[in-house]
Amino acid sequence: MSSNKRYWKSVEELDENSSIVETLKQNEFVTEIPTDEFLGDKETLESSKTTRRDFLKYVGFSTAAATLAACEGPVKKSIPYVVQPESIVPGVANYYATTIANGFDFASVLVKTREGRPIKIGSNKLASTSGHANARVNASVLDLYDSLRVQGPQKNGEDISWSAFDAEVNQKLTDLKNSGGEIVLLTQTFASPSTSKLISEFKEKYGNVRHVVYDAISESAALDAYQNIYGERGLANYDFSKAGTIVSVGADFLSNWQGGGFDSGYSQGRVPKNGKMSRHIQFESNMSLTGANADKRVPMTPSQQKLALAKLSSYVNGGSVAGTLPKHLDDAVRGAASELKRAGSNGVLVTGIDDVNAQTIALQINKSLGSKAFDASTSIKTRQGSDAAVTKLVADMKAGRVGALIMSGVNPMYSLPNTSDFAEGLKNTFSVAFSMKADETAVASNYIAAAPHYLESWGDVELKKGHFGLMQPTIRPLFDTRQFQEALLKWTGNPLAYTDYIKNTWNTDILNGGSFNQALHDGVFVGTASAEEPTTETVVEDALEGASTDAGNAARALAASVKPSNGLELTLYSKVGMGDGQQANNPWLQEFPDPITKVTWDNYIAVSKADAEAMGVINENVANGALNGSYVNVTVGGATIENVPVIIQPGQAKGSVAMSLGYGRTAGVKEELQTGSNAFALYQGFNTVQNVSLSEPFGMHEFACTQLHNTLMGRGDIIRETTLEVFNTKDKHYWNPIPEVSLNHEETPVTSPDVDLWDSFDRSIGHHFNLSIDLNACTGCGACVIACHSENNVPVVGKEEIRKSRDMHWLRIDRYYSSEETFAGDIEEKESADGLGLGNYIFGDGEGDGTAPTLNRMEDPSESPQVVFQPIMCQHCNHAPCETVCPVAATSHGRQGQNHMAYNRCVGTRYCANNCPYKVRRFNWFLYAENDEFDYYMNDDLGRMVLNPDVVVRSRGVMEKCSMCIQMTQKTILDAKRDGREIKDGEFQTACSAACSNGAMVFGDINDKESKVAHLHEDNRMYHLLEYVGTKPNVMYHTKVRNTKEA
Amino acid sequence: MKKSYQSLEDNSDHTMKQVINRNLSSRFLLLGLIALLSFSSHTIFAQDGDPVAGKSLFNSQCAACHKLDKKMTGPALRNVEARLAEDEGLDRQWLYSWIRNSAGMIKAGDAYANKIYNEYNKTAMTAFPQLSDADIDNILAYTAQPKEEPKNTGLPPIDGGPKGETSSFSNKIILGALALLFALLAAGLFLVNKTLRRFADEKGIAVASDDREERTPIWKAFVQNQFLVLMSAIFLLLASAYFAYGWMMQVDVNQGYQPIQPIHFSHKIHAGDNKIDCKYCHSSARVSKHSGIPSLNICMNCHKSIAEYNGEVTPEYSKEFYDGEIQKLYKAAGWNDAEQQYSGTPSAVKWVRIHNLPDFAYFNHSQHVTVAGVECQTCHGPVEEMEIVYQHAPLTMGWCINCHRETNVDLKDNAYYTKIHEELSKKYGVNELTAAQMGGLECGKCHY
Repeated sequence: MSSNKRYWKSVEELDENSSIVETLKQNEFVTEIPTDEFLGDKETLESSKTTRRDFLKYVGFSTAAATLAACEGPVKKSIPYVVQPESIVPGVANYYATTIANGFDFASVLVKTREGRPIKIGSNKLASTSGHANARVNASVLDLYDSLRVQGPQKNGEDISWSAFDAEVNQKLTDLKNSGGEIVLLTQTFASPSTSKLISEFKEKYGNVRHVVYDAISESAALDAYQNIYGERGLANYDFSKAGTIVSVGADFLSNWQGGGFDSGYSQGRVPKNGKMSRHIQFESNMSLTGANADKRVPMTPSQQKLALAKLSSYVNGGSVAGTLPKHLDDAVRGAASELKRAGSNGVLVTGIDDVNAQTIALQINKSLGSKAFDASTSIKTRQGSDAAVTKLVADMKAGRVGALIMSGVNPMYSLPNTSDFAEGLKNTFSVAFSMKADETAVASNYIAAAPHYLESWGDVELKKGHFGLMQPTIRPLFDTRQFQEALLKWTGNPLAYTDYIKNTWNTDILNGGSFNQALHDGVFVGTASAEEPTTETVVEDALEGASTDAGNAARALAASVKPSNGLELTLYSKVGMGDGQQANNPWLQEFPDPITKVTWDNYIAVSKADAEAMGVINENVANGALNGSYVNVTVGGATIENVPVIIQPGQAKGSVAMSLGYGRTAGVKEELQTGSNAFALYQGFNTVQNVSLSEPFGMHEFACTQLHNTLMGRGDIIRETTLEVFNTKDKHYWNPIPEVSLNHEETPVTSPDVDLWDSFDRSIGHHFNLSIDLNACTGCGACVIACHSENNVPVVGKEEIRKSRDMHWLRIDRYYSSEETFAGDIEEKESADGLGLGNYIFGDGEGDGTAPTLNRMEDPSESPQVVFQPIMCQHCNHAPCETVCPVAATSHGRQGQNHMAYNRCVGTRYCANNCPYKVRRFNWFLYAENDEFDYYMNDDLGRMVLNPDVVVRSRGVMEKCSMCIQMTQKTILDAKRDGREIKDGEFQTACSAACSNGAMVFGDINDKESKVAHLHEDNRMYHLLEYVGTKPNVMYHTKVRNTKEA
Repeated sequence: MKKSYQSLEDNSDHTMKQVINRNLSSRFLLLGLIALLSFSSHTIFAQDGDPVAGKSLFNSQCAACHKLDKKMTGPALRNVEARLAEDEGLDRQWLYSWIRNSAGMIKAGDAYANKIYNEYNKTAMTAFPQLSDADIDNILAYTAQPKEEPKNTGLPPIDGGPKGETSSFSNKIILGALALLFALLAAGLFLVNKTLRRFADEKGIAVASDDREERTPIWKAFVQNQFLVLMSAIFLLLASAYFAYGWMMQVDVNQGYQPIQPIHFSHKIHAGDNKIDCKYCHSSARVSKHSGIPSLNICMNCHKSIAEYNGEVTPEYSKEFYDGEIQKLYKAAGWNDAEQQYSGTPSAVKWVRIHNLPDFAYFNHSQHVTVAGVECQTCHGPVEEMEIVYQHAPLTMGWCINCHRETNVDLKDNAYYTKIHEELSKKYGVNELTAAQMGGLECGKCHY
């Protein structure tokens, strides 16, 4: 049957007069193929001696020749050292303790090097007081091998030599010295005693020198408040392991709040011991990592938070403040206050509100509580920036009052809200940028002084008062670089190398007679505070004008500062993966799923479901499951960011939105990694909270999300959860039952051999590895994900592939929301559902009355859900479903409990992945190494230097998965065999367990009955994932216990 | 061939002796000359020493740091006594005390002692208090011998090399002659046949042609017999499958791979003749997954003092050849042999890797060498006999597995194994355990 319907491919076709359509109708190609040029040219045709036949012969011959040539094995060369360094044995790893201090992350780390190349970063276990390696720090080793690093000094984009650089810069500095012009050092927070001393010397020599410290994400308010009370510029130090009750008002202290590093202490207190664990109440607007871990999370907008904190202060300390909160919020605040009061010295209050008064309140309440968790004697030194000083500098630059600007470790052209002012100022100023990259600031400066990576540098850091870290190079500088301090030494005419300078400073000021070599070996030294005077210009006076050190006054001032706003309030935050954006060219971090949203390669604006519906914003899953979301334009004050995708975030407080900083880098970043939009444009007045307006939604953005299903649907067997009360009072079988199946009409536990399909192996001899994951201690920080990446050469696949669910992470962290307010509520809902809850649906009235069937409804997370994190990797089942279906026996079981995967044997049928109940197997759809389609780190010689030589780089067409770091366990065994000794508990590690500073992951041999993991195996909270399947995994989880009791 | 070498050596020994005798006589002449020219009161040099005993003493005591004609760690010692007497006016007594206790003399402020000490980078000479005056006399006698003329003694252009060529040449001739013979024979037969036919033709005898009754040709019979066709097809298929499989399985099995290396390093000389332990140079085999190729400074440990090859030579590899190879090493290490110091720019030696395991197979030398105590030769073959190293083992997985199945693990005196051994031997009811029984066949032990 013919039809008169007209189909059209584009709107253009509807226009009858369109010339394009006409052309396209006649021609296959839009532009003409230039055949005539060749065929029309008689001369070429005739002079060409190649006939068609000859051509075919050549093709045939060259194909055959190429084939034959390919049969020849390649000749491999082995090139030994001319003089082999004594400490390097090829094939044996060396470890060095050093310290990362990039202005955003500060931690003592242990660097693994192979053949002189750093390949992995881990926490320095000797330095328990000096932070630990988070996901970004773990990934920082890849920054060393960044192919876009500046390889030598540059002047206006042209390469110059260091001698020319020295001559020119010296000349300028001397001129300024003579003319009295001002030299400004604009730096990151170094927290370095030696650098401070150097800068003082520099000031002495050049006279008119100003040192401005600039933190891209400012903690100025907290610093000001601390300085106001304690008289020194630092941040309050908290040890949450000592806290019984933690109340946080907008402080994301498990991620980057005040420099981060508080999570391991927090986790210690979260594991129930003797029936006790800490209680954590969180007031916040956007769903943060911290809120996700809280026992009680109260969503409220940022202005409500201010009021809540003021009220909390008045409830704890007496007095009253103006303003009212909605009843349910006020109750919650009142409850928190009474809990805090009751906890007394066991309580602690923290806040993330960017306001001196708010920070003062927190400090004063902790002081008045006598909080054990609050340590006023060791302030944190890793943020020293001052907003006022930076603002003043920009104004001075614009006015042409600055003679020379020397920058190090900062990128103000990217991270300032008013970059145009700064750019204008730069034009008036002689500028030098010490930078690893030709980043936004460096390209706008006169000179780029190529700076080394911290793994190539010397340095020292005072992380906390009296807690020092040393930085030492672990590789010879890859490029012609010079660190800022070396330059300062040159400019001050000091002939010493920076190494010796540090040594001198330490021997005179810090070590107190201790050995420098020992400190260098340990990477840390705990002593007394350094004597170095702060070198920064403190313009604190302005900021503190009117600020009171009294909690009551501060509370009243804070409450008074709350202005009623009708619009939306925006909270700017930093992601666990991206931080302040200096690591934007790091593909590991780009592909690192955000712990909460599970979105990779993007930032976005998070809105609550209610606001989304009101605005008409949608999130939808397309056919292949990938997530799409509407775009909006975001306007704060005069600044607008266009095309920001929206994510509907469960738990986002109504009336508030959130957007992460650190994305939208454009310079010094590969094109594929230029993701997201730069929210620093909205960071006006260095305040993370802004009034914002969003445009009408338009278009659709393609997200790359690693988790598509958001709720647990009441499946308590995946994540076991209970309350502290139940845990303390009821029997294990009540809250952590072993699933049972019916055998001869008798309920039999699935762990019984009688109901098993498989015969068990004898595993009693030798080692039997188990990995234990405590859901109470796991905060979802994701350090393990990156550690696994770097240990196991896991490839980066890119946004497009992630959208197709082809991510390669061996270890993922599943995040589940509850569909009711709590997971317990979900289970109840599921249990009480009418059958499958399909009643309405099947009988046709489902659509009519507007209620979706229960299970359907349960797929939607609540507006204020409970959240839980669950790290999942190959469960190394003793009775592994994948092993039985492999047609070529590529995956098989080892007697040590590891499920082996022989890549070279795999033919890529993917049966195993289909049969895996945990969905942990990953298929290599492509060759990700040396492939221009995947131009990430494995595609250049420099990036490949990070690969672990003990783990093979997989090729396309094979399945891969977590090996339980068999290369590490085998190495441990071999070392013991070689030394002829038994293996002690704690020696066996996997990359993830070693990276977990929270103690959530414990790895070991359960045949060693005294080992920690063997005890954990017998623990009441222990359960196996999907135990009823009968796979008998070697990975175990520990039931999450929530402290829900309102004290 | 071998025998001719033997005789050559004998000859060289013989000539050596002759040389020594001649030198003895010429020495007196020389001494006389010196005595005449110098008018010195020190008349006796070394006459009272025995140069033969001196030679052996020199080699055992002095040769580590001194050579006769070349600077090494210490100065060249040829005619040292005469030189000292002439230039510095020092007598044998000075030498006695210097040799027995040089440090003391330096301390005491002896001018020449200090001079020589400073000249040689303040490297103190080892004291030799155990040497008697007579010993030192002997040594000095040896050093006072005049330098040998470089002679063709050891190495006339040996006829071995050309001989080898001749033999192969003669083989070719023989083969050629045989071929010619056969060709002649064939031609002869053809001619005979032709002649006979001509005779027959001439005589009118018709040569019986095949006009017997038509038989089915054998190929047709074969084609018609379907069973046979089927069977042979199956046979052919199986056979080709067999050979194809065999051929495929040897792809990338490089047993016998013997590439030419940038420096002709003879394991035969080092590990065989000089009995240097493998792990002296390949020291990381004890602790690392790699056996390691020694860095040039390891070579130079010995080759600083071994600048020439004095061992057995073959027609193919002459002394000059080996010396040239040592020079290559010096060049790479940047060693100036004449100055006895590193003055050149070192450059890496790009050795050709012989034993290539694929990326996906993990092999650890220390596991096998240190823990299991496997001899290097078990896998690498008789390296000490290899002039040029080749891949001895196939390095296939079957070969690995076989060894793991057959080899008992040495569990004694290793605390790591004590418990495991006890339990496993109970389980398997054996006292000795193979690597396979220890779990050495599991995929994941080598593939990750």
